[in-house]
Amino acid sequence: MSEQKKTNIILFSGDYDRAMAAYIIANGAAAYDHKVTIFHTFWGLNALRKDEKLRPSKTFMEKMFGKMMPKGAENLPLSKMQYAGMGPKMIKNVMKKHNAMPLDDLISMAQEQEITLLACTMTMDLLGLKEEELLDDIEYGGVAAYIAEGEDGAINLFI
Amino acid sequence: MNITKTLDAKGLACPMPIVRTKKAIDEVNPGEVLEVVATDAGAKSDLTAWTNSSGHELLEAKEEDGVYTFYVQKG
Repeated sequence: MSEQKKTNIILFSGDYDRAMAAYIIANGAAAYDHKVTIFHTFWGLNALRKDEKLRPSKTFMEKMFGKMMPKGAENLPLSKMQYAGMGPKMIKNVMKKHNAMPLDDLISMAQEQEITLLACTMTMDLLGLKEEELLDDIEYGGVAAYIAEGEDGAINLFI
Repeated sequence: MNITKTLDAKGLACPMPIVRTKKAIDEVNPGEVLEVVATDAGAKSDLTAWTNSSGHELLEAKEEDGVYTFYVQKG
């Protein structure tokens, strides 16, 4: 077979539906034998947060940010029809009916398929997120880490 | 046709049929045939595109009452 192709996705958004799209594409590309990287930056980092009570040492501002942002994949809001939390509940019911995988399962599937999950360290600093708050077995990097993968990517997406 | 392995992907939604197919094809030898049964309406174009670009061959595809059956020969 020819040289392995690469798919690179920048997940900037912290919306449940957008993150779902990103992870569906990533898992599909992995099935195509692509080397896949999802680069999480800004609000996209929230998809990687653990839904646990952790108390890393933080400044006051960082604590505030931590409280205001959703904790983990299943707590992300929808980009449309949020309706104070009713929207996500409804869509998750519909998803169950249609056997669509919820986001947290899509993320586990991605890790199982050896997709690289990269967290942007600069925006982690801005938002006050610490490594211990994010999922295990992910990688950390900056713009150069993304460009290194992205410069010869067959597919490059910004979501 | 000699079927080596059958994958039941009925009821699974995108992207699972293709993810499971990829896993299943990794478990058979070149030249062997994998049977995939799916109900996802997108499966037909997905399976066709996937076999084309991953070096396998789609020997046959049929649909009956919303159930799609594919025979993929590993390349």
